Amino acid sequence: MFASPAVLRRNGILGMNERNVGLIGKFNPRSRFPLVDDKLQTKKAAQAQGIPVPELYDVVEFQYEVRDVIGRLEPLQSFVIKPTQGSGGKGILVITGRDGEGYVKSSGQVVEAEYVRRHLSNVLAGLHSLGGRNDKAMLEAMIDFDPYLASYSHEGVPDLRVIVFKGVPVMAMMRCATHASDGKANLHQGAVGVGLDIGSGKAVAAVQHGNLCYQHPDTGASFEALEIPGWPQVLELAARCVEMTGMEYLGADIVLDRQRGPTLLELNARPGLSIQVANQAGLRHRLARAREIAAAATDNAQKIELARQAFTVVS
Amino acid sequence: MLSTRKRIELIAGALILAGVGLMLYKVFALGFPLLPGASRDVWTVESKVSFRPLRKPGPVEIELKLPEPKAGWQILDEHFASSGFGFTLQQRDDARWAVWTRQSLEETTTLYYKAQIYQPRREPLRQNSVPAIQQPMLEKDQATAMDRLIANLRSRSSSPGSFTGQLIQALGEDSSDADAAFLLSTWDDEQQPVLLAVLARAKIPARAIRGIRLEDGRRRQRLSSLIEIHNGREWVVFDPATAQRGLPANYFIWQRNGDNILNVVGAQDSQLEFALVSNSLPAKTVAVMDERVERFALLDFSIYSLPVEQQGVFKGLLAIPVAALVVVIMRLLVGLKTSGTFMPILIALAFMQTTLWVGLAMFLILVSVGLWIRSWLSHMNLLLVSRISAVVIVVIFLMAALAIGSYKLGFDQVLTVTFFPTIILSWTIERMSILWEEEGPHEVLVQGGGSLLVAVLAYLAMSNSLVSHLTFNFPEIMLSLLGIILLLGKYTGYRLSELYRFRALGDER
Repeated sequence: MFASPAVLRRNGILGMNERNVGLIGKFNPRSRFPLVDDKLQTKKAAQAQGIPVPELYDVVEFQYEVRDVIGRLEPLQSFVIKPTQGSGGKGILVITGRDGEGYVKSSGQVVEAEYVRRHLSNVLAGLHSLGGRNDKAMLEAMIDFDPYLASYSHEGVPDLRVIVFKGVPVMAMMRCATHASDGKANLHQGAVGVGLDIGSGKAVAAVQHGNLCYQHPDTGASFEALEIPGWPQVLELAARCVEMTGMEYLGADIVLDRQRGPTLLELNARPGLSIQVANQAGLRHRLARAREIAAAATDNAQKIELARQAFTVVS
Repeated sequence: MLSTRKRIELIAGALILAGVGLMLYKVFALGFPLLPGASRDVWTVESKVSFRPLRKPGPVEIELKLPEPKAGWQILDEHFASSGFGFTLQQRDDARWAVWTRQSLEETTTLYYKAQIYQPRREPLRQNSVPAIQQPMLEKDQATAMDRLIANLRSRSSSPGSFTGQLIQALGEDSSDADAAFLLSTWDDEQQPVLLAVLARAKIPARAIRGIRLEDGRRRQRLSSLIEIHNGREWVVFDPATAQRGLPANYFIWQRNGDNILNVVGAQDSQLEFALVSNSLPAKTVAVMDERVERFALLDFSIYSLPVEQQGVFKGLLAIPVAALVVVIMRLLVGLKTSGTFMPILIALAFMQTTLWVGLAMFLILVSVGLWIRSWLSHMNLLLVSRISAVVIVVIFLMAALAIGSYKLGFDQVLTVTFFPTIILSWTIERMSILWEEEGPHEVLVQGGGSLLVAVLAYLAMSNSLVSHLTFNFPEIMLSLLGIILLLGKYTGYRLSELYRFRALGDER
């Protein structure tokens, strides 16, 4: 039922208190948080660095704009509405297509323009945002995600989370939405977390609700066969985010786009700890190793190369 | 250069030591009791005489009769505050009077007399001489009604004592005695003068006792009266409200005979009010406390140096750090999720006023009805600020409905519902409602249950008599608590909930 703290420590499991005090408090300068917490700023910084991000259609900033926003939505077949300062995937509305006057949500449900307006009002009022502050809404292109991964997700987009420490990728997972998670990629809501091998991009283990599983509960796709295409590019993209933000401990959320390849969705300055459960491994030893790698290596390519050797679990 | 961790540890250690050290110093050098049971209740009675100037200013003289200790009570210490007034203590007959004088008075003024009293043991009142009975002046119809009432009561009683008991009942609110009702109406419905007049006409020696009913934390207590009669052998005390015989516990007699307590010349609208606080302290400590506070002013930051009203406020305030510690422990060491970091403390403070079970029931009713109404509001597509304001109004309305409804049903306790923080409740309802929509009812139960559990634990900690004794008498404990909280802020070990969360990773490999 309960794990012994001594064994957890030996296995290198990172706890919430240690993450807050020893990593985020120490390595992530407070002044850089707005860049990461505000997705609009992240997107602009990424574009300046040439890091691929989903195309930005529009920004809704004031309540009065909501009334005639429908006109601005008219030319768009599909789009995603996001609060710029949302946390934990809250407040994201994905419209995959049109049905006459109606809008088709990713679940297939058709909603009216009124629904979209209400969602925008809530976003602007800060309902989904950190600390309930007033917020802006971003309208951006829907990811045209790589068909290879389609079988690993029920609705929604499977996204890749890579934890990078001092420019060294230390752990990665793929989060697959399920019927239980209502199409959302949040592990505590019942999404499947698939631990990924840093060396190869192959699956290490998969968990749902903290229990091991071997295939996607809805699509039946086996995780054993999974191997992320373009894995080196994914790692490289994640590593570049460290320079972009000045944060040394970072979670990068990346999706695979059919045309553009690995695309940065958002960054997280307080990445969660479930990734350890998905990988069936602890972060602490890897973080210590990553420090040595960062001290020894001269550039990103070398860091990634050393990390892929050091953190290989499956071949 | 020390690392931050070392520095925090040093600071925290110094704080903890300072707190414990000061506390030990007070225990051993100044004789403060460490445990609440080791002492007596010492009451601090603060008498406030307030009055307004006359339209034509002139010399002002205020005379306050000071209490003579009776029935085992002792006065430990007295203080007079008389800003701008001349002050003297005078002995007249067998009573002491405090006399304040001033040439002229411009504004409403309050004078203070503070006494610390305690009762080492209850003693019976001394049996003093029986004064001659003075017959009341009566109109003809009053005399007739009174004689009829006396004859009626005599037929139903066997002794002066039982006569008095019957009389009090006849003059009580539920009485149907027409004569008694008539007599009350001719005396402006004041019970006590009627009581004394009837007793005098019935040839029973009687007099009024005036004093204070001691209730902890009361701010604006007034004098209340008892009746004392002589039954031929001894004096017997009656409570004119309940007809109960004998001196009630926690009743401090201010004067036993005589007339006025307060004489005011040259001012109007004078009032005499009392603020009361009870502390557990050994009598010895209180007796020498003031002298010590002056001598050790730097070391002793005792709350006792404050006015009594503020002492009452601080009694509650000083318990909050303990509740904060409970929250810190539950969140950092146990890993409970709560909705809003310090919302549980505010709920716990409300519980202090409502008592636990009533408070819990009211909280659950308010939040669940609030959630139900909020779900209806969510269909109306309102902007966030006006939606929360709407919830605030709904919550206030619910509180009023709950209070009125239960008061009509006879549950006075529910009136304390007003102690719940309205805005916090509204935000709780709003957050829970969003949580319900986004994460489902399970998460609402987890976070709501977590908040309530922490609130209940904080309440239990704050209402513990040892805890409130320690925090009030040793405010320096706050330094130690601060030190502990600082240390916990650097705790990097696992939370209890993580031992469960990572249970799959806990096998040896």
